[in-house]
Amino acid sequence: MKFRTILAAGLMALGLAGAAHADDGLDNPSRNPFYDGLKGKRVVFIPLAMGFDLTEGWAAIMRKQAADLGYTLEIRDPNWSTDAGTRALTALIAEKPDLIIAHNPDVQSYARLLKRAMDAGIKVVQLNLESVVPTDAYVGADWSRVGYIESDALVKQCGTGSGKSGKIAIIRGQPTAASDLYELYAYKQTFAKDPAIKIVSEQAAQYDPAKARAIMETVLQQHPDLCGVVGNWDNQDVGAGAAIQAAGKANDVYVVTSGGGNQIGCDNIQKGLLDLIISYDVPLQGNAINQQIVQTLLSPAKAGESKTSYYTPLTLLTKDNIGPRTCWSLDQLK
Amino acid sequence: MAKARLSQEGVVFALAVALFVVFAATLNNFLTAGNLIALVRSVSILGILGLGMGLVVIGRGIDLAMVATMVVSLSWVLSMAQAGMPFDTALVYGALLALVIGLGSGILIAYADIPAIFTTLAMGLVMYGSGRAFLFQIDVQNSPAGVDWFDFLGRGAFLGLPMPIVAFAVLAALVALVLMRTRFGRFVYAAGDNALAARITGLPLRPLIVAQYVISALIAFLAGVVMAAAVSGMSTRVYNSTMIYDVLLVVVLGGISLSGGRGSVRNVLVGTLLVGVLLNGMTILDITYTTQNLIKSLILLLAITVDSFINPRDEQTSQQSQGDI
Repeated sequence: MKFRTILAAGLMALGLAGAAHADDGLDNPSRNPFYDGLKGKRVVFIPLAMGFDLTEGWAAIMRKQAADLGYTLEIRDPNWSTDAGTRALTALIAEKPDLIIAHNPDVQSYARLLKRAMDAGIKVVQLNLESVVPTDAYVGADWSRVGYIESDALVKQCGTGSGKSGKIAIIRGQPTAASDLYELYAYKQTFAKDPAIKIVSEQAAQYDPAKARAIMETVLQQHPDLCGVVGNWDNQDVGAGAAIQAAGKANDVYVVTSGGGNQIGCDNIQKGLLDLIISYDVPLQGNAINQQIVQTLLSPAKAGESKTSYYTPLTLLTKDNIGPRTCWSLDQLK
Repeated sequence: MAKARLSQEGVVFALAVALFVVFAATLNNFLTAGNLIALVRSVSILGILGLGMGLVVIGRGIDLAMVATMVVSLSWVLSMAQAGMPFDTALVYGALLALVIGLGSGILIAYADIPAIFTTLAMGLVMYGSGRAFLFQIDVQNSPAGVDWFDFLGRGAFLGLPMPIVAFAVLAALVALVLMRTRFGRFVYAAGDNALAARITGLPLRPLIVAQYVISALIAFLAGVVMAAAVSGMSTRVYNSTMIYDVLLVVVLGGISLSGGRGSVRNVLVGTLLVGVLLNGMTILDITYTTQNLIKSLILLLAITVDSFINPRDEQTSQQSQGDI
């Protein structure tokens, strides 16, 4: 009798406790490993240079998440100097941070150093410009695809059946960079398929709008019936657009380029300096790289053990589809 | 019968003419007014910088900070203009900054006796670094809209010539006037030819040197104004390009001797013309970037070699306190 009462009371107490527990919710057991695995980690970003739309945009987004999740993000700015970049990398290999994010000025310069970094146990993610050595991850544009989209658009404008001259000028950026090499291959592949297309000029402007302008002025003198231009980067090709506009041919020459989708790019489309920008959308890329940073830091795999790529989505920007909120400005990201 | 004296300027001029004739004969549309204007326009900023560099080299110095001066002062002007300052006021500040840079280089070279090549190289680095750190954040600054004279300078034309060419011509005339017709100009030649002798005869040598670097800094600033107007912005990446060597190429190629005391504005014009013809022709021929650089540097090497044959280092030049650059 007494025993039964105690048992019943005990069972009731247990039940009550269970119910009470249900009312307090649950502590999520997967949270702690996530935060603990990131806290105090050290991430270092080596851009081509700070101070221009792409790197400033990525850095703003990466800084936010680093502050949020308690890992540190340092930026070593080589300021367009490949030498300074290789020195920074060499120093980092000795310092042993947890993760290096590399933005390669060309496909070769950092390649061996990135491999050495991985051999030393540092994980490496490459951002938007690859080297020939695959590392733990690549996040960025698929330059070959950018090149195919650009050249297809030009073939549509200038190729067989367009009634135009079919003359195309290619403005390269830095002839050794991943973007340049992969795009150029795609251009050549596409243009070779259409007999109407003639490449009349292939010059490098090295990301300098003034140089792009000078090249385009000369090309226009030679080929007043030029039909299209395809360039490596919107910030550079705006110079070519200016030369075309100055010659009064803004409606005759179709200018295709790619860029990060910054407001200045949109403005240049509005001004009629550029006709089509294949945007790799820096804010999206920033989120993708953030996700990759977390995944790489938390992954139990050793540096260099697994290699992945994520090609970020592309958007086509033309006068017809840009609105006031299509492009981004740095202040929004900060 | 005396041998015809072979001057470097003559050689370069002949070379430029020869190239010109070859291109005119082989490339279609090379000899059109439009192409020739584009040719000169594309090197007008280089030519303006060459004027400043030429003056300093005649005075037996060298100014490697010119491109940095141009980039930093103009980027600062444009970023202040974007922040809402009236454009003219911003320009005054920019000119003052250029003045300070020139004064700094000049004082270090003249009064601290540091070789010009190191002073100006370091000055360029210091200015560029502090510019990036304190004066402007973004590496491409856009020109303000709606400043009429500025738009005209970039896109307008005078007598059918684009304004950058006109600016180059006007500045060339001014510098020529200073060098040929003023006492200061004669002093520059004298000091460049033999600094010690100039000093003994009572020339104010140190202030003279300072003045040269101030002038070259101000010319760099003006080149920046023309450039910012022409491409509606200023890219600080220009500093990392080979532009300063192109400026030297123009000067040395034109026949202004690195041992000082010789040359004039005419040499700068000839050098600029040759570089212009070369660049224009190579672009028309669609020569690849790497090959273009190779050709340019080979020509510079050739010009320097010819220079040292025509103006050999002799007893007199080797005894100068300033040393060779």
